[in-house]
Amino acid sequence: MLNEAWRARYTLLGGLLTTLEISALVIVLGTIVGVLIGLGLCYGARPLRWALRGYVDIIRGIPSLVLIFFSFYGTALLGLNISAFAAGVLALAAFCAAHVGELTRGAVQSIPHAQTDAARSIGLGFWGRLAYAILPQALRRMLPAWVNIAAEMVKGSTLLSLIGVLDLLLATQQAIARTFLIIQFYVALMVVYFAINFAISRVGAAVERRMAYVRF
Amino acid sequence: MRYNFNWPVIWRNSDKLYNGLLLGLAIAVVALLAGCVIGILLAACRQSRFRVLRLPATVFVEIVRNTPLLLLIFFVYFGLPELGITAFDNVQCFTVTLALYAGAYLTEVFRAGLAAIPVAYIEAGKAIGLTALQRGRYVVLPVLFRIVLPSLSSALISLFKDTALAAAIGVPELTFGARWINVNTFQVLETWTMAAALYLATCYVLAIALRLLERRYAMVR
Repeated sequence: MLNEAWRARYTLLGGLLTTLEISALVIVLGTIVGVLIGLGLCYGARPLRWALRGYVDIIRGIPSLVLIFFSFYGTALLGLNISAFAAGVLALAAFCAAHVGELTRGAVQSIPHAQTDAARSIGLGFWGRLAYAILPQALRRMLPAWVNIAAEMVKGSTLLSLIGVLDLLLATQQAIARTFLIIQFYVALMVVYFAINFAISRVGAAVERRMAYVRF
Repeated sequence: MRYNFNWPVIWRNSDKLYNGLLLGLAIAVVALLAGCVIGILLAACRQSRFRVLRLPATVFVEIVRNTPLLLLIFFVYFGLPELGITAFDNVQCFTVTLALYAGAYLTEVFRAGLAAIPVAYIEAGKAIGLTALQRGRYVVLPVLFRIVLPSLSSALISLFKDTALAAAIGVPELTFGARWINVNTFQVLETWTMAAALYLATCYVLAIALRLLERRYAMVR
């Protein structure tokens, strides 16, 4: 097993890097867009709010795999010549953004209205209120659920193997196809994913502890 | 961009989508029911006084919850025959995997639910002389289900969405049917719009139906 894993080391390491790359891109893009969507849902003009609500509800009702296939087969039709990697990242980031958007909306609306009033009474404008009063509190409240979403995205990155992106899962499957060490490689893979997600949840817990001084 | 929409070809093949949808729903329901049994047993194990019960339950839940579902599916589908278990076809393999996955998630749900049962209920059960088993059957379980009902309905919806992954091992459910139509007709936009719309509609119908159920049964706190 170790021998075979060593022989396939470049493929496996490449796969691991691809998985981490997908996850990082998806989480960063999805979070940025998602927070903007959430703010739009709270403060946007009515047409914008409706459009965003439609987007969030539609994306959240569709399996991410269907989104990935849609984007993989569909972008080519639109004349966009992008790789399977980009199509997959696009789909997962759209999925992530919808979830983060809903989360942000919930968090922002959970901040007591008195906070807004207080910020207004000391003369802060809309952006000032957002930057100094609302967001610092809302982002802290989002943290535990956001960590869950991030871990979900790492797990979701495996779906890109189905459209031929050489991520850790597909790289391992290639190694399995050559060696027939099915159980060994899959168990090893579970350990790796467990380690990644465990690390994410540890970091999340640490940041949460660091932020624990905030009380409402 | 030039793209000719051709919906009739989708209608002609829509039986693949509808049958796939029904299969996906059936798998999700079976997985939820089996997951409930697994979840309650594991939640009970995790609350047990004995380490022998607590430890394996915790390990199982943590492993399953931190592993991608697709990996679990491949592990069961390709790994079981390796261990000499060849009795399952791909539909059964997927159902088993999804049930285990649901079980691990629901363990946490049931654990939280058990913690939310007022101690007074159990004490009252003791006071009228119910044995431990009777308390479980007549006091804990009915209250537990009312507490966790909202979580169960969101679990069902997300399990239904997870059945899309069964396409990876050739289970003929909705995504598999959509991909079949896609590759055979090249009507990409119609196919995936239709598949997405079917998933969306089913999820919303489920959500509304379950909300009605919750209104009838869920615990008011």
